[in-house]
Amino acid sequence: MLRIPAPLYAQVLGHCVEGLPDEACGLLGGDPTGAVRRCYPTRNIAASAKLYEVDPVAHLRADRDAEANGLAIIGVFHSHTHTDAYPSPTDVAQAPDPDWHYVLVSLRDTQPVLRSYRISGGRIDEEPVIVEEDGSAP
Amino acid sequence: MTVQVRLPTVLRPHAGGQSTVTASGSTIGEVLADLVHSYPGMAGQVLTEDGTLHRFVNVYVDDDDVRYLEQLDTTVADGATVSILPAVAGGYGR
Repeated sequence: MLRIPAPLYAQVLGHCVEGLPDEACGLLGGDPTGAVRRCYPTRNIAASAKLYEVDPVAHLRADRDAEANGLAIIGVFHSHTHTDAYPSPTDVAQAPDPDWHYVLVSLRDTQPVLRSYRISGGRIDEEPVIVEEDGSAP
Repeated sequence: MTVQVRLPTVLRPHAGGQSTVTASGSTIGEVLADLVHSYPGMAGQVLTEDGTLHRFVNVYVDDDDVRYLEQLDTTVADGATVSILPAVAGGYGR
């Protein structure tokens, strides 16, 4: 399960929309229970509507910031501009960590669609996403 | 030269769960070879069979990505921090 405060949920969607026409991406900082506490929008250095690659230096900065705040990078988000919010074969093949949460945002339709998955050994499992309204986060 | 190497979570099980280990070498190539020598479970995950940097990891000396420096020939100072993180990439295709 992924739990994400509403402002961070909005930040993820906003970064994805701002990235159009290219795919957008970023990292999620949080704790091992799947509670997101930081959103790190990053540049897509692939600058493509079909591919994304998180800026490595931004990844290092995010990793350090998360660690300094007692958190860890627990996942990545990226947009699909013309397809479902479902991991592509490329996403699965390149999933870097089986403990991460893989958040997909589809911008195909008028309203963005956000879904989250666990990816391990080529297997894809969707997980619930709980959006925590203001005040409900610990 | 002795450096600190920060490991990503996926490599930590190969180092007894440690997040940071020490390694020796005067270049990134030597440091990574020493790392793999000490922790053979990392073989094939950091360096390819050809001895080049695996494309699924990014390696940094302090704040700099070695791909934009001299890659495996990048020199490291004594006491430097070498960080390894997964390269995070993908894209649509379904």
